[in-house]
Amino acid sequence: MISRIEYTTQLPTGGHWSLRMARGTVLRLTDLKGGANAGLLFYNPENLLERYNAPDTLKCQHTFRLTRGHCLYSDMGRIFCSLVQDDCGWHDTVCGNSNARGVAECWGKRDYQHQRNAWYQNGQDAFLVELEKYGLGLADLAANLNLFSKVVADEAGQLQLDASETRPGRQVTLRFEMDTLVLLHACLHPLNTAADYPDAPVQVELGLAEPVSEDDYCRNFRPENQRGFQNNALYHLGR
Amino acid sequence: MLKTSDRLPEQASFRTVVDSGDYYIGRLSKGQTLRILDLEGNQAADTLFYNADNPAERYSMTDTLSAQGQIYLTTGSRLMSNEQRVMLEIVADTCGRHDTLGGACATESNTVRYDLEKRCMHACRDSWMLAIGEHPEYGLTKRDIGHNINFFMNVPVTSDGGLSFADGISAPGKYVEMTACMDLIVLLSNCPQLNNPCNGYNPTPVELLVWNN
Repeated sequence: MISRIEYTTQLPTGGHWSLRMARGTVLRLTDLKGGANAGLLFYNPENLLERYNAPDTLKCQHTFRLTRGHCLYSDMGRIFCSLVQDDCGWHDTVCGNSNARGVAECWGKRDYQHQRNAWYQNGQDAFLVELEKYGLGLADLAANLNLFSKVVADEAGQLQLDASETRPGRQVTLRFEMDTLVLLHACLHPLNTAADYPDAPVQVELGLAEPVSEDDYCRNFRPENQRGFQNNALYHLGR
Repeated sequence: MLKTSDRLPEQASFRTVVDSGDYYIGRLSKGQTLRILDLEGNQAADTLFYNADNPAERYSMTDTLSAQGQIYLTTGSRLMSNEQRVMLEIVADTCGRHDTLGGACATESNTVRYDLEKRCMHACRDSWMLAIGEHPEYGLTKRDIGHNINFFMNVPVTSDGGLSFADGISAPGKYVEMTACMDLIVLLSNCPQLNNPCNGYNPTPVELLVWNN
């Protein structure tokens, strides 16, 4: 799965970053203290209009939760990356980001003057900052991944953040199936209403993946994923 | 929540029928009420809303879900923008449940869901592309295409995290009505999908009606 890790870093709560991941690389994230949320968005660096599409990802794999075996699709029927390893079993991709007003209501205003880099950054503004670095903006913001966050729905459709299984050290690994611009933040989940602003850093590791085999778990997880890999192969034809 | 409306079709200021596989794009002013009427039943109306003064502000599936802690849309649901403002409120609904998780069909996602060789079957996103291409006056481009509402579509989430596209719960004459809380652009595709039961494998027309106040 992972042939080697080349770089390791950390995002503190509220931290954000963006980077280009090449096809054949891996991104491994670790919830270091428990209670973390990692927001992620994907864009095609060759055509920034192609972006992660949560509804397409969910409906083509007939799932509401994301876990090992699932592929994360663009709006153009291609696979940005595969979820090749997962200690959690359930990640959210429909609740979006925390926002300035919600965070202020819960924990107080974002205030660099007094808090310095421990300020209460919110997910939407974190993504907006990273989007603008590539000439993108609010219009390009799609429904993101919220890794490490389990959100359940009851029969009536009521949503609830379920933190009962959170613990330090849980990991999730993404293997990139095409070159991808990755935006990520470690801002809190929008349904998180913890009494105290949590200290929930995310470890980020970058490395190289082993080649994708014919019997690859994600590729064969569903027939839809086999067709998604076919679309990627067509995209890479001749390269 | 089921709720009927007192508004009379003959008093509507605007009425139009949208055939399946076709689109509607138009303005809806603050205070106006839009009804989408499922004429023959089991249809899906894939709908997006934009702030008419600033289309980068648009309907947001994620903000709508998180603000209300609720997946399904019905009477009382407030349809939120990506700037966390209320764009519309659903004021009547005789269907009972509408989806906003499932997104729209696209020729590209059809290749994944069904077969690479189905890429030329008509899809909602192509209707939207034609709409914004034929109507540059609205200032919309592909980057403005967000995650939509599927009025009349039934996409139940199970307690173990499954997602299914169930038979529609709509029927001939069912409708949903919503009042605009800001000046809006409405972009609607009447779904042409032939590969799943979202419209009973038989796409049919919907009617749009608008009342002032």
